[in-house]
Amino acid sequence: MRGKVIKYGDNVSTDAIIAGKYTKTLKVQDLADHAMEDLDPDFHEKVKTRRIIAAGTYFGCGSSREQAPTALKAAGIECILAKEFARIFYRNAINVGLCVAQCDTSRIGEEDEIEFSPGDRCVKNHTTKEEIPVAKMPEIMVDILAAGGVVPYYRSRQE
Amino acid sequence: MAGGKTVAEKILSAHSGNDVYAGDICFCEIDRMMAHDANGPMAVQAFRNMGGKKVCDPRKIFFIMDHACPAPYERAANLQKMLRDFAAEQGIAFYEAGEGVCHQLMIERGHAHAGELILGTDSHTCTYGAVGAFATGVGATDMGASMLTGRNWFKVPETIKVVLKGALMPGCSAKDIILTVIGRIGAAGANYKSVEFYGEYLDRCPLADRMTIANMVVEMGGKCGFLCFSGMEPKADPDAVYAAEWEINLEEVVPCVAKPHMVDNYAPVTEVEGTKIDVAFLGSCTNGRIEDLRIAARMLKGRHVAPGVRLIVTPASREVMLLAMREGIAEELMQAGAIFFTQGCGVCVGTHGGVPADGEVALSTANRNFKGRMGNSKAFIYLASPETVAASVLTGVITDPRQLGGVNERESNQIR
Amino acid sequence: MGMGKTFAEKILSRKAGREVRAGDIVVVSPDYCISHENSASICTTFSSLTDRVWDPSKIVITLDHTVPAPAPEYANGHAVIRRFAKEQGLCHFYDLNCHGGICHQIICQEGYSAPGRLIVGADSHTCTAGALGAFATGIGRSEMASVWACGEIWLKVPETIRVYVTGRLKPGVCAKDFILYLAGLLGAGGAGYKCLEFDGPGIGRMTVADRMTLCNMGIEMDAKAAVCRPDEKTEKYLQEAGASDYTAIWADEDAVYKRTLEIDLADIVPAVAKPSRVDNYAPAREVQGEEIDQAFIGACTNGRIEDLRAAAAVLAGRQVAVRTIIMPASCKVLEQALAEGLIQTFVAAGCTVMPPGCGPCVGASGGVLGDGECCISTSNRNFVGRMGSRRSRVYLASPITVAASALEGEISCWESEEQNGTEDF
Repeated sequence: MRGKVIKYGDNVSTDAIIAGKYTKTLKVQDLADHAMEDLDPDFHEKVKTRRIIAAGTYFGCGSSREQAPTALKAAGIECILAKEFARIFYRNAINVGLCVAQCDTSRIGEEDEIEFSPGDRCVKNHTTKEEIPVAKMPEIMVDILAAGGVVPYYRSRQE
Repeated sequence: MAGGKTVAEKILSAHSGNDVYAGDICFCEIDRMMAHDANGPMAVQAFRNMGGKKVCDPRKIFFIMDHACPAPYERAANLQKMLRDFAAEQGIAFYEAGEGVCHQLMIERGHAHAGELILGTDSHTCTYGAVGAFATGVGATDMGASMLTGRNWFKVPETIKVVLKGALMPGCSAKDIILTVIGRIGAAGANYKSVEFYGEYLDRCPLADRMTIANMVVEMGGKCGFLCFSGMEPKADPDAVYAAEWEINLEEVVPCVAKPHMVDNYAPVTEVEGTKIDVAFLGSCTNGRIEDLRIAARMLKGRHVAPGVRLIVTPASREVMLLAMREGIAEELMQAGAIFFTQGCGVCVGTHGGVPADGEVALSTANRNFKGRMGNSKAFIYLASPETVAASVLTGVITDPRQLGGVNERESNQIR
Repeated sequence: MGMGKTFAEKILSRKAGREVRAGDIVVVSPDYCISHENSASICTTFSSLTDRVWDPSKIVITLDHTVPAPAPEYANGHAVIRRFAKEQGLCHFYDLNCHGGICHQIICQEGYSAPGRLIVGADSHTCTAGALGAFATGIGRSEMASVWACGEIWLKVPETIRVYVTGRLKPGVCAKDFILYLAGLLGAGGAGYKCLEFDGPGIGRMTVADRMTLCNMGIEMDAKAAVCRPDEKTEKYLQEAGASDYTAIWADEDAVYKRTLEIDLADIVPAVAKPSRVDNYAPAREVQGEEIDQAFIGACTNGRIEDLRAAAAVLAGRQVAVRTIIMPASCKVLEQALAEGLIQTFVAAGCTVMPPGCGPCVGASGGVLGDGECCISTSNRNFVGRMGSRRSRVYLASPITVAASALEGEISCWESEEQNGTEDF
């Protein structure tokens, strides 16, 4: 996938991604509507033209709420790059089929043009003409992502 | 590679039927699963999306209503109804609103044991490390898959060893220990890792205090934690390999807080003394047990919460509430001006029951102080021990509990 | 003509300083004004009128609808009220650490309501305070802002329906059953613009708490006010509440009434108001077996110590079959219930005790109903959507019937068990 970047800092918590009060729903659109509400009021405007988040360390820290990656995906985010992810968020993102990659994001700027797909060894920054190495992802995660999440992955294994 | 194993390596080896070590990926049989009303509905949805008809074994699964209880709005009510109906259809144990916080119930009702592998749809599932279980939080889809197959895959975590040396000083408690540890290791310092705690203190302190410490392992990113008191099984091998080792001298632990808006934003309470507070919260899976309420009651008895301060208390479970009434603690706290809210998580997660107003300062015994955590992103949350909260509600500003002397000493501190 | 006057005519004559009759318009100054969370919105209107309240000692504010705050909007509302109370020097503001409760309970319990007093409140159930012999009526928010500003309000003197009550309630039958019966008889609009005057030996035998239950539901028949004749029970209650300096007033023997009803309490049976109208009366026996999902005991209608005692007697040593929420009407009630062991009984029986307030009754915080769910409640309203989903249903009943139903998971009559025991022999 290829697209432009929305840039965030360190420690973006699950409470910032989707506040607890909005999590009591099964409608993904409801989640999408409130994604990043407190952190970035312009998020919905930005996501119209930019589909990749580049963040600092410890993205998704806090709760195990799967609503967090679900909200971002439903809002239109296709990929999240971060220096480090909180464990549960990382696993949840893969389970819902949202591409995540751990890499040094410090040289990725707001609105940079980025190219990356699951399994790639590096992120291409077309704006700065740089290639940034990506931490290796266990095979099972690549398979789950390729299937579009753990539900389709599981279904395909049943067949 | 074949050598000594950490506790995490031992439990995952036992559950996968292979000798596994940090970094390995393994498939494991799961002993228990817990889902609550906030994330359980999505798990049920995932279960159905995977074609699930019958859960692997209903005796292994527990549904606990605690996040939005009693339901503060229709959507929450409808989702709880969905879980109630699913539990009835599948024969899953169902704990209604008001029974208590899921982690408290899992231990109190004997659903978590040493050596078990337990998943929960809540990050603080790691609390069961207090009794020696490998317990970790998962998302709803992982829970759905686990309910269906009874299995899941795990990456074996590396382990950090934390040795607690000596004994705590008066006015300090387990909460101060874990806030200090997190302050040193950092909020992401144990990301993906298991944390093993050692020290004589763990043999002296009650289960409640071990739970407080285990509960906050996830606040440094930990996948699971083990409070390795002398009787706990399995034990790590003497030649187990650790990613890092830390030593904390308990005599140097002081009453402390995590300042807004990160849990590792450590400060000794003396540094923030005098900060005005608007709302105080005593409760949650971190500090809502009878031992915590007893300390607060002892400090507040016969006194009154300062003007302008609201004190909200939520016992961690129905059992804790009953004990608090039997011991006269509930009465003492209410007479001191405390509001008792239904046993559950509402206040800590900001679902209801005590959301602060814009610009207000909350002093809380819970485990998280992210922006917006208690339901308002314009509020400021300080985390502290029950001792510090009790001392502060009396003055209306953050106060060092050591100033009250005597009344604030826990039994576990007394043998030094 | 020399015709006597009703309670409403007499009290409003006295307040207005001239002789008035039903239909006249008076301008009067209330003894106390009461409001709750809506004070935040009243403040806003008020500040567009003036900057000082006419008398800070006459304004009573409690926080009861959304406590502790379930969302930041509510928390911010509380903060506005807190600031206003401080700025204006209001001496009767019940914040969360001030041992408050539902405004209608506080206005009685803390000695604000007393015979012969005039009370206005920005809540329809203000009529509750008539249980102590006051003329108490609900008004809107903007009107309250103007009362805060100038200390005056105009009222039309209402006509009166006299309810003369004789006899005694049978065991297991409550004042709530009587008022549900009356609502069924008069209809939901049956006392529109009127004052309901409760009198007779049947009322004399009731506790003040029971009288509060009756007056509370006056508004459900659209009454402007409801009042009970003050007596020595009233005096005793007021002594405990710390009220003094009031002059009782009551209707003349030869007062002219729009209508007079005579009801014998012995005829009253455990009752419900079926969904979704308060006057949809049925004897509880008729709907026995109707499945419920939730039970609620509390509200300004039935959240007092007497109600909790009655419910606890039913629940003691047993386990509820459905989620059951107990909400004492005030901190004082809660503390007394704790001292008497009632809260222990409830918690041990599996009930959820919530902090004093309005809670599920207004569907604003705990205990909201989901789609298709059914609740039996001691509160006063069962409109569609009142306690949550538009597809939920609410039955109104007495604390005894609600407690008995909570045990069974379906509507049940406690009375039937007891009575079978006595009738057979």
